[in-house]
Order: sequence, then C-alpha cells, then structure tokens
Amino acid sequence: MDQPARKKLDLATIGVHLGLAVGLVFAGFPVLWMLFSSLKSNTEIFSLPPKILPDVFSLSAYTSIFSDPVKVRFFINSYFVAGTVTLLTLLLATLAAYSFSRYRFRFKSTFNVLIISTQTVPPITLLIPYFGMVVAFKIFDTYFALVLTYLVFTLPYAILLMTGFLNTLPKELDEAVLIDGGTSWTALWRVLVPLSVPGIVATAVYTFLLAWNEFLFALTLTKSMELRTVPIGIQLLMGQHAFEWNEMMAMSVLGSLPLLLLYLLAQRYFLAGMTAGSVTN
Amino acid sequence: MSLFFLLMLFPMVMVFRYSVLDGAILKPSPEFVGLANFRTIFSDPVFVQSIGNTLYFTVMSVVFHLLIGLLFALMLNSNRVNHILRAILRVLFILPWLFTAVIIAIVWRLILDPNGVVNGYLIALNIIDQKIEWFSSTATAIHALTFVNIWAGYPLYMVSLLAGLQGIPKELYEAASLDGANGPNKLWFITLPQLFPIIISIALLDFIWTMQVFPLVWMTTGGGPINTTEMLSTYTYKLAFTRYQFSAAAASAVVIFFFSMILTYFYIMHQRRMRQR
Repeated sequence: MDQPARKKLDLATIGVHLGLAVGLVFAGFPVLWMLFSSLKSNTEIFSLPPKILPDVFSLSAYTSIFSDPVKVRFFINSYFVAGTVTLLTLLLATLAAYSFSRYRFRFKSTFNVLIISTQTVPPITLLIPYFGMVVAFKIFDTYFALVLTYLVFTLPYAILLMTGFLNTLPKELDEAVLIDGGTSWTALWRVLVPLSVPGIVATAVYTFLLAWNEFLFALTLTKSMELRTVPIGIQLLMGQHAFEWNEMMAMSVLGSLPLLLLYLLAQRYFLAGMTAGSVTN
Repeated sequence: MSLFFLLMLFPMVMVFRYSVLDGAILKPSPEFVGLANFRTIFSDPVFVQSIGNTLYFTVMSVVFHLLIGLLFALMLNSNRVNHILRAILRVLFILPWLFTAVIIAIVWRLILDPNGVVNGYLIALNIIDQKIEWFSSTATAIHALTFVNIWAGYPLYMVSLLAGLQGIPKELYEAASLDGANGPNKLWFITLPQLFPIIISIALLDFIWTMQVFPLVWMTTGGGPINTTEMLSTYTYKLAFTRYQFSAAAASAVVIFFFSMILTYFYIMHQRRMRQR
C-alpha cells in the first residue's frame, strides 16, 4: 500500500527539479552568452560547434569602449539623465505626497484614477505632441527635453507610492513637531523623510529604472551624439559596427550593470519598485 | 499639479486635434478635415496588418508570461526543493527582468543570428540542416519576436504570484488534506482561485503594456520582413518620423490610446472590486 504512494512522491520531486533545471537554462543562458561573448574574440563567438566558455578571457572589448570618448559619453549621459530625473522626482513627489497625505482635499479618488491612467497612456501617443511642443519651445536636442518628459512619466506613480508610504506614518508625529514650535516644513524634512527611507528607496529605484531604460523619447527628442543615452548609443553602434559583437556585448554588460547592482544591493526595494504599478491597492 | 496637467492632458488634447487636421505640425495653418485621417489609415492594409500582428504578439505574450510565471512560481514555492536552492533560483529566475529592452534585443539578435549559437546547436544535433534566419524570414520573424518578449516578461508574474502564494492561508490546505484532496485538487480548488485576482490585475496591465511594445521590435526586425512584424507602435512611429505624416500618425496614435483606455477601464474596475472585498 505504502510503496506506490512513495514512488509517486519521488517522481513529483524529480519532476520539480527537472523543471527548475530547464527553467534555469531558459532564464540564464542568454545572460551567460552575453557575458562570455563580451570576453571572446569575434571569431570565437561564432565557432562551430558553439563553445560556451571563451578559450582566453580577453578584456579587449571593454578597454576599447573605455578608450572611446563617444562611447563613454553615452554612459555619462545615461547616468546624468537618470540621476537628475531621480533626484527631481524624489523631491517633487515627497512634497506632493506630503500635502496629499496630510491635508484633506476633494476629488481624491478621481485623482487616483487619473494617476493609474497615466501608467497606461501609450508613450507613442504622447510622443507626437511632445515632439511638436519640444520643437516649439526650442528645447529639441537638450537634456532638459529628456528630463522634463521623463518626469511626466515618473511623477504620477512616485507620488502615489510616497503618499501610500506617508499615510502609514501617524499624524501625531507632525503634531508633536508643531507643539515643539516647528513648522510643517521641519516636520516633513526632519521627521517624516528620515522615517520614510524604505519608501524613498523603492521610489528612487522605480524612477531610475524608468529613466535608464527609456528608448522612444531619447530616440526622438535628441539628435546629436553628445546627448545620446546608452540604449540609443547601442542602437547607433549596431548600425555602424554590426560585426563587432564582442564590443556590442560588452556595451550591453556595462549598460546592465547599474540595474544588476541595484538588484543585488537592494533586492527588497528593487522588487517593490519594479512591481510598482501592478500591485496597487 | 498644474504643470502635470499641462504636460499630460494638454498633449492628449493636442494629439486629438492633430488627428482631425490636415498637415499638422508641418503646415502653418492646417485645416480641419474631420475623420479623413482615420479613413486613410484604416484603408491602409499595413495598418490593418499591424493591428493583427500586435494582437497576436500581445495575446501570445500574455498567455505564455502567465503560464511560465505561474509554473516557475509554483516550483519555487514547492517544499520538495531545498530552501537554500530555492532562494538562489529565485534570484536567478528574475534575471531577464534586469535588462533593458534594447539590450535584450541585441543579445537575442546574436543568439538567433543565422550563424549564431541556436542554429549552431540545432545543426550539431542534426535537428535542422539549413541555417534558419529567425528574425529575417517571413515565416519565423513574428514568432521569434514573440518568443523573445515571452522570455523578457515572465518575471513580473513570477514575482507577484510568489508573493501571492505566500499569502494563501495554510489552514485552507490543511482542511483540504483532511477532506482527502490530492495535489492537483489543491492546485485547482485552492491555489488558482486564491491567485485569480492577482492574475487578472497583472494580465490586464501586461496586455496594455505589451500592446505598446516599441524598442524590442525596433531593434530586432524594425517591423519587417515585408511588414510581418509591424506593430501599431512601429507603424505610428514610421508615419510620424520617417514619412512626416504627423496627422495620420496622430490618428493612429489615437487608435492605440483608445485600445489602451478601454483596457484601463477594466483594470480600474477590477481594482475597485478587489478593494471592496
């Protein structure tokens, strides 16, 4: 009686492990291939039958990127734009969230619906009028055009996230500050902000990711090489150096580095920031 | 706040206005032409084809994101697997999520290159004898593209469903065991119904976002070969920025907006219902 039941159990255990092994290859192989290809020579990438590990680990693709000021500039631009957008978003979202969570105002639920809708407005729909506006205001091909348009996408959700977070902090905290002779301003920056670090980090991760990954607006609203971000840089290099695959893979590794590091260092906040938008309540 | 309305709502009004004008942006004083731009795009076979492509791409992506995400979540939550191994695999299975669409596109272009590793293995194993041009053959391009998008998108489901699985009360399973329920019974009558609200939320959002796909297509096939992977977004982009037909492009952008808003309505309704429970 006992025997067949246990055998069935073992089969299920083997099945789960097999499934996980297949899943691991599915999820991990492309990433490994990217990493190892960046360390191979171009001929070795296409060797037949395929070899996974490089014969000689070579960093030449990386050194050639770092010695090319045009390519280095793509990275500087991406860090600058994503960093600026993140700082501005945090500042503006904290102020807006504070007024939403501390002061009563009408149309609160209408406003929530509006914010959710901004998460789903197709970027391509906004791109055409933005292009017209950016040209009309003479900010075409500037950092300003990118920062401003990215803020439109990052702010609504950042405000929602921060409001949710500030709502969990009791109002008695602010009142205590006011009784001690402080203002709402000191209550916000001295008491509430230090207490909201987890919420701020999650918001920052969400914002940074959005700005770092953005493609459509960066492609359309900038034109000169000096202003191109990493995704656009990679696209342009694909056109010019389509056969230098090791260098393209090295660009990809370097372009993924900030996200990988953010994930490893702040996994919990990272997941909170990434699932932002899907787990609203 | 007023800045927000200026930057979000005003452009929406503008794009609607462009869509009923002739020669928007280009002409100094464009004239009102009613629905002519919509008639133009709907009589363009490429536009109609791009609706079909977008629909196929989106439906397949959402279905397989859900299946793979659910399967991985269940396996990673299974107590048949050592918990340290599970913790490590949870980190690794999220990997596809950490890459920018453009990077995903070029990594897969290398992997699916006619001389690339996939063809290399398939030939070495005698499964095929001709190199397949995954992204540039009309027979395979849309499927290759959809496959890459499935790879890129399942972790959102996996992460959310893992969180959902951990929120299901253990008593439900214990009670079911007492009633003699087996594994598949528990999955069908407890796990799936409990996860259902999360699944609907994420599938709706995923549907909306996948429908708007741009960089992945732009960087792999560019809509080709012969329009077989043209999506609503790439079609609109080309109309506006390679053919400078901003009015027709605005009309097409309004169509995408309309589809997105219908789904957004369902999403908001679903969220309301969840909150009321």
